[in-house]
Amino acid sequence: MKLDSKIPEGHISEKWTNHKNHLKLVAPNNRPKIDVIVVGTGLAGASAAASLGEMGYNVKSFCFQDSPRRAHSIAAQGGINAAKNYQNDGDSIYRLFYDTIKGGDYRAREANVHRLAEVSGNIIDQCVAQGVPFARDYGGMLDNRSFGGTQVQRTFYAAGQTGQQLLLGAYSALSRQIGQGNVQQFNRHEMLDIVKVDGKARGIIARNLVTGEIERHSAHAVIIASGGYGNVYFLSTNAMGSNVSAGWKIHKKGAAFANPCYVQIHPTCIPVHGTNQSKLTLMSESLRNSGRIWVPKKKEDAEAIRAGKLKPTQIAEEDRDYYLERRYPAFGNLVPRDVASRAAKERCDEGYGIEANDTNEGVYLDFASEITSKGRQAALVAGDHNPSEAKIQELGKKWIEEKYGNLFQMYQKITDENPYETPMKIYPAVHYTMGGVWVDYNLQSTIPGCFVAGEANFSDHGANRLGASALMQGLADGYFVLPYTVSDYLANEIRTGKISTQSAEFDEAEREVRAQIDKFLNNNGTKSVDYFHKQLGNIMWNKVGMGRNAQGLSEAVKEIDALRAEFHRDVYVPGSANEMNTELEKALRVADFMELGQLMAMDALQRNESCGGHFREEYQDSEGETLRDDENFKFVGAWEYNGPDINQEILNKEDLNYEFIKIAARNYK
Amino acid sequence: MANSAILKSSLAKKYWMALTGLFLCLFLIGHLIGNLQLLSTEKYEAAMRFNQYALFMTSNPAVKALSYVTYLSILFHAIDGIWLTVQNRKARPIGYVKNNRSANTTWASRNMALLGSLVLIFIVSHMATFWGRMHYDANMPLYKVELSAMGQKQSFYRTTTQQFIPVDQVAPSLEEAHKTGKGKYIKNRTELYDANAQIKIAELYKDLYKITVDFFKQPTYGLLYVILYVISMAVLAFHLSHGFASSFQSMGWSHPKYSPFIDKFGLVFSIVTCLLFAIIPVYVYFVL
Amino acid sequence: MATKFININLKVWRQKDAKAKGQMETYKLDKVSTDSSFLEMLDQLNEQLINERKEPIAFDHDCREGICGACSLYINGRAHGPDRFITTCQLHMRSFKDGETIFIEPWRSKAFPVIKDLVVDRSSFDRIQQAGGFVSVNTSGNTIDANATPINKADADRSFEAAACIGCGACVASCKNGSAMLFVGAKVSQYALLPQGKIEAHDRVLNMVRQMDEEGFGNCTNTGACEIECPKGISLENIARMNREYLTASMS
Repeated sequence: MKLDSKIPEGHISEKWTNHKNHLKLVAPNNRPKIDVIVVGTGLAGASAAASLGEMGYNVKSFCFQDSPRRAHSIAAQGGINAAKNYQNDGDSIYRLFYDTIKGGDYRAREANVHRLAEVSGNIIDQCVAQGVPFARDYGGMLDNRSFGGTQVQRTFYAAGQTGQQLLLGAYSALSRQIGQGNVQQFNRHEMLDIVKVDGKARGIIARNLVTGEIERHSAHAVIIASGGYGNVYFLSTNAMGSNVSAGWKIHKKGAAFANPCYVQIHPTCIPVHGTNQSKLTLMSESLRNSGRIWVPKKKEDAEAIRAGKLKPTQIAEEDRDYYLERRYPAFGNLVPRDVASRAAKERCDEGYGIEANDTNEGVYLDFASEITSKGRQAALVAGDHNPSEAKIQELGKKWIEEKYGNLFQMYQKITDENPYETPMKIYPAVHYTMGGVWVDYNLQSTIPGCFVAGEANFSDHGANRLGASALMQGLADGYFVLPYTVSDYLANEIRTGKISTQSAEFDEAEREVRAQIDKFLNNNGTKSVDYFHKQLGNIMWNKVGMGRNAQGLSEAVKEIDALRAEFHRDVYVPGSANEMNTELEKALRVADFMELGQLMAMDALQRNESCGGHFREEYQDSEGETLRDDENFKFVGAWEYNGPDINQEILNKEDLNYEFIKIAARNYK
Repeated sequence: MANSAILKSSLAKKYWMALTGLFLCLFLIGHLIGNLQLLSTEKYEAAMRFNQYALFMTSNPAVKALSYVTYLSILFHAIDGIWLTVQNRKARPIGYVKNNRSANTTWASRNMALLGSLVLIFIVSHMATFWGRMHYDANMPLYKVELSAMGQKQSFYRTTTQQFIPVDQVAPSLEEAHKTGKGKYIKNRTELYDANAQIKIAELYKDLYKITVDFFKQPTYGLLYVILYVISMAVLAFHLSHGFASSFQSMGWSHPKYSPFIDKFGLVFSIVTCLLFAIIPVYVYFVL
Repeated sequence: MATKFININLKVWRQKDAKAKGQMETYKLDKVSTDSSFLEMLDQLNEQLINERKEPIAFDHDCREGICGACSLYINGRAHGPDRFITTCQLHMRSFKDGETIFIEPWRSKAFPVIKDLVVDRSSFDRIQQAGGFVSVNTSGNTIDANATPINKADADRSFEAAACIGCGACVASCKNGSAMLFVGAKVSQYALLPQGKIEAHDRVLNMVRQMDEEGFGNCTNTGACEIECPKGISLENIARMNREYLTASMS
């Protein structure tokens, strides 16, 4: 397989402009003759469908949820980055570009990331014009906050619900196009395969999740914006329905899958409470602006806390280990996510964890200092120069409530503890997947006519994504990249005419889908889908999680292989094909997770270095920091499907060239 | 679009409910002021004032015009309310097996249709008892006062110009006047005519006071009527306790600063108004 | 807050598909952790049903952190169950007692027909949004700078509070009239409060209300149940604002 990244010539700051100027166009009168399928209605999918619909293409948009508005982008809390420099702290397109490359541990494509930084400002303009109610200051201007891995305030936000507001903005644009008839929306539909005709993507097979009907949909181009694959781990912050099937199905039909081992484990999630737990809940990274992370300095204190004999508030200041501030004084609690996560794991592995669950995995996120300092500040502003301690606490808590109220409330609902009074307990959890379908600069996969956007592709975040960059990428892809690059591809399709769904290729794809469904329903095994999914999750978390090593990874490859065989032999799926059947939906998704899980372990095994979220225990320095191997691993690992035995997948390499940024060891000290 | 919107849409129905409802609240205030005349300390004065009020309400052209608006409001409020209720029932063809409505709503707000229907029944019977007799009863008594003159009790009609006409000088009709030789007679139920000149010399009051007092002081059913009246006022109070503030909300007259006041005022208004209404028959029955 | 385990009885609405006649079924579920969320309890019940070779209960859910708006259960006679300001997925079993019988029903509204068991079709909300819930600006990014139009913080905040609606439908489910006015009011308000949305405010409110009426939702009688049961605490003020907007729009 040949990987052509199609990066345009020229200086980094001119590449996108020049490229756009030379892309082919489709005249307005030709656009209604062309069909485009968009799978997924998150930020990337909804914005792409809305934009293409508005341009005049016939768009068919698909989502498995009951409404496009429920895509999991909605759950993003913290914010969206943009190089606006509204706060006058020296931000620029270059700096956002640089921070993102560095944050990704020098494993992302320079040209893509620069383009992302270039259009970041437009995203904010666009969203404000659409009526997205971002937070504002008293002068009526947009407010910003900081996020991990940066030293400027460039994050735009809407309380702790930024993803929701941005998605509702994109959804409103999409709704407008649906209302005008430019986009046809298919809710409760799941894409189960892509259809290729003469090597080009020409349509999809989708299952109507209400009736069970298998439908054929044809198009001149297919855009996959189906999100990430964090649910391989069973427990993650992803939605229950988030799945990799669309991405994995195109992989099996010829799209390379890049860097599957790059998974972001988010440092601030609510720790696991029990075996029936179905998912993990994120506490926004923005909390690290105000909270300080610590564990007890003495092991006996940690043990006493776990046993319920001591309360965290009883641990004296000098007996607390603010380990991030200790290890990374320059960035402190605002180091990038991968660094913060590993540091928490390191402390817990050493026996300082404070959560009373099976693994003792949990650390404190403490707001006491911030409550005091903000309370004092608020008292001064109110003209009280000698405030009482109680007054300070009251005002401080009020400040916190205004800033993070919904997050604190969410925490209290889940844990039944009041985070205004006692520190939050947090622990890392799987959150985002940087890896994904390999795409070129035009976001086209190795299947012509099949484009991949948002978290589903691999392109912009390297080995670790900075906070508030996922929303930026999703909207950049959908609003400002795909409309140009897809049009360039479609310029050659204006004479193609309507694509028939009555062809051998559609017949074959539908037959395969039906065969898989029938197989599951007639399998008559003994165990539920969830049973297997949890097993897979266990292997993945323990061996392909925050700390990985060659031995564990080799074991994982074998174990998953065996588990997959058992799954197909022994899974029980009740119900029938011609109805709403949630167990069948899960079975089809878990089948793909099994295969991908194995590939992730293989990818992690071949990458003999530590970078970003991929931490190989063999490759660390004396202080436990990642050791990259730029000589041998400065490449994108793009896997090529080679039959049902995942072990046979072929690794292709796209070399990463850093022309404009000097590659260096990442340092947040 | 805009025109049909203001007539037919779900929101338009709310506007009409609110506007008619608020107007009826104003009517209630007017009605109450009149009724309160019954409570004047001296019986003589109470009757006088009450009958004056009754005359004013039935003769003043402006009041007359308003009364037609009131009838229309009642009619519209009722029809619109029934229409809304039917539509709302249709919006949930299958109900819940278990429903805990008291967790999120007041009883009154959930039962406006029932309360409204009861109020409507009350209005109909109330109008038949008082308004109907006042307007259409040919035997409606005229207002008389008993005065002691020279140790003898004598009845007088009171005219609207504050004259006292001895009852025994007045014949019920012209023929009677001719027959009995009385100098004055009554025409058109309230007009006092001179029998010789056959010209109108004064206007008399209908004695609504007597009708009212007699109604509640009936030996057999008086107490029952008092109780029913009080219950009706309680029903009205519940209806208003939700309806008053609700009409402001429906009209969009809502503001974080003022709405809490309107809510409280609505509650006080409904309780005080209905309480004052209810006191009157109780007073009539037990005190008079 | 120590973890406890409770045994519960469940009465759940089961309905094969949109056309079938449904009924309440009774289940017994033991050893439910009080730390489990309500939906995790249902997962546990489904696992039990699957092991008994019975069909699991279908219910809508996705993010399980209270923001996607998918989960939609009427629990013990209330939308999203007994607590306030939460969705079903944020309800935890510590809110229930050992031995308690819990009723679980789908949203009931003509405009939300049941698809299966506890799953209802809320696409009527999407259609209301399509009728006018947007600002008609194209997606080119060629708009003015985001800070070119300052917006009063109070207005921006109130707009955000209205925009926090997750479209779950609890307002409709708990309204005795099955009215969707809180949902529509919130959407209308979000835009009406922003200068960007004011331009087509009249058409928006007229079109959205027309669509709402066509979908078969009931009329608002200001009982306020929606506000109490709304997981995001959307205020009735938004309905008043819509009433105001509609009145001006229909008179001009």
